[in-house]
Amino acid sequence: MSANGKPPAGRKPTRQAWERETLAESLRKSPERDVAFTTVSDLPIERLYTSDDLAGGWSEGEKLGYPGEFPYTRGIHPTMYRGRLWTMRQFAGFGSAADTNARFRYLLEHGQTGLSTAFDLPTLMGRDSDDALARGEVGKEGVAVDTLEDMEILFSGIPLDRVSTSMTINAPAAVVFCMYLAVAERQGVPFAKLSGTLQNDILKEYIAQKEWIYPPRPSMRIITDLMAFCAREVPLWNTISISGYHIREAGSTAVQELAFTLADGIAYVEAGRAAGLDVDAFAPRLSYFFNSHNDFFEEIAKLRAARRIWAHVMRDRFGAKSPRSWMMRFHTQTAGCSLTAQQPLNNVARVTIQAMAAVLGGTQSLHTDSFDEALALPTEQAVTVALRTQQVIAEESGVTNTVDPLGGSYFVEALTDKIERDALAYIARIDEMGGMIAAIERGFPQKEIADASYHYQRQVDRGEKSIVGVNKHAVENGRRLDILKIDDEVERAQLLRLAAVRTRRDGAKLARDLARLRRAAESGENLIPPMLDCVRDYGSVQEISQALVPVFGTYREVSVL
Amino acid sequence: MTADRKLRLLVGKVGLDGHDRGAKIIARAFRDAGFEVIYTGLHQTPEMVVATAIQEDVDAVSLSILSGAHNYLFPRVIELLRERGAPDIAVFGGGIIPEEDVPGLKAAGVLEIFTPGTSTEDVIAWVRAHVAPRALG
Repeated sequence: MSANGKPPAGRKPTRQAWERETLAESLRKSPERDVAFTTVSDLPIERLYTSDDLAGGWSEGEKLGYPGEFPYTRGIHPTMYRGRLWTMRQFAGFGSAADTNARFRYLLEHGQTGLSTAFDLPTLMGRDSDDALARGEVGKEGVAVDTLEDMEILFSGIPLDRVSTSMTINAPAAVVFCMYLAVAERQGVPFAKLSGTLQNDILKEYIAQKEWIYPPRPSMRIITDLMAFCAREVPLWNTISISGYHIREAGSTAVQELAFTLADGIAYVEAGRAAGLDVDAFAPRLSYFFNSHNDFFEEIAKLRAARRIWAHVMRDRFGAKSPRSWMMRFHTQTAGCSLTAQQPLNNVARVTIQAMAAVLGGTQSLHTDSFDEALALPTEQAVTVALRTQQVIAEESGVTNTVDPLGGSYFVEALTDKIERDALAYIARIDEMGGMIAAIERGFPQKEIADASYHYQRQVDRGEKSIVGVNKHAVENGRRLDILKIDDEVERAQLLRLAAVRTRRDGAKLARDLARLRRAAESGENLIPPMLDCVRDYGSVQEISQALVPVFGTYREVSVL
Repeated sequence: MTADRKLRLLVGKVGLDGHDRGAKIIARAFRDAGFEVIYTGLHQTPEMVVATAIQEDVDAVSLSILSGAHNYLFPRVIELLRERGAPDIAVFGGGIIPEEDVPGLKAAGVLEIFTPGTSTEDVIAWVRAHVAPRALG
């Protein structure tokens, strides 16, 4: 080895020669830093990746294909962001319906292209604002919606045929979706023109987010009814957003997020087929929702692996014929759990890296978290910075100029393969248990996530994983910031509004609607049309949800520590 | 009952908040630190938590709240403990709790609030220093 770093004349540059000569000498002079080179999820990362890491049957045609073609590793569109940028979709919801309506209009005026609704905890649990368990929580983490009247206010002045709306709601998703349909009716917008996404992913509730009403099996019945209804009446609507986001936030690794989410997706497809639906009639309306965490390449590899696995699952396992069924479309949100309350402005840097990973992973839409979210719901200023972060990536960074810029990188392809293999191994275990519902019933994903999150916390406590501003580079008084406060007045006003609706509506008609809904639950008839009648007559989220409890029962978690 | 018996701690999730990552981590960390731990599971009312605390003779109740309802739930649990004749059960907790809410919570009787980024070791050290086994009658 010569001193100027060039291979000796006549020697072919090979990995072995490099290791023996150049590398060994370098390590002798200055060893590598004494840290574990691992991803945030603890996957080991090698010093260097070369074409050797892709050997063993790695074929570009089989593993990558071309953009817009099976298996979609490089993206689902042939031109990706050269054709159309991702949808910038900031999740918003707080206080009363009128407060959130004002935030929606603000975001639309500032260039946001889709709406995303956060509901408060009582709504997510199918409880009305005047229920005892709702005390202190009305309008705190999202917007309070009790009856159709709240949805009318929420979307007031927003033409539903011209926006796409995402609604993050699960256990009572069908009820809230019926409210959205009823608002469209009142605006004179045909169902066929509505576009948007209902999260409606109940399986990840049992696994991670923990907002449920009924046990898993009857919950799946509501979902298949909704899939059947939408295939007929609301064809542009994405009926389920199969969500890894919350699984990751609950502390899973990247591989677990991917594996459990895909296993959930498999369970929905199986349920749809068992309900007699043709896979190509509903599968194109399934979409996914992933987390983008701090580890840049791990996230990109995860998203690329996700598309490839799903394409194979749909084509090979379920025999889907339509390429629309093979293509995994997904939304991404940056990782709320990665944000720190300490030195909150540092979160702008984290969110930028995470958002960039989502874009390089080929996302269809993106929510960027606001820097103050470890402290409270975001202020308008913080939300604006988050949206601007996406705009800087889209319009200044240049990463949108070519399709899948990292495709063919030895490292990214090797990591994509590794994550794919590990996720498939998990999916095989879940299949052996009898599928995801059976796995949930025995607490398997719950336990795996709890173990991973405890393991990570221990690593942080020991300083083996760094969090800047928390266990590294910490300062005193690092968390001064103006934050958004939700006035307790919101709860009082909401209770008055709900009481007024209850007085004004035709109670006898609603009682008949609710009885009919319950009969539909017993008979197996599609639940959506009778539910829509309950909503039109101003039945509340809780009244409608509870009408099904005598037939469906309620869920109680067996807690795994 | 001797004063050197193991501490008994209740880890609770009150309200509708389903974020149980922190509660489960802290429950496990307490257990690994040698405390006896009772974890309530999710969606408990203040009444349920207090009933469990009294029935299980715990020395302290620690609540994890990420829903924004802390200003209602903490004082309510303390009030119920007093009503039920167990004012000596210490109450502390953590979650997404703005700094400016902490003085009000302490005035209401919450012993300590741990905000995001606190290491489990710091919480355990605090418990050893501030929670003593109750004299059980």
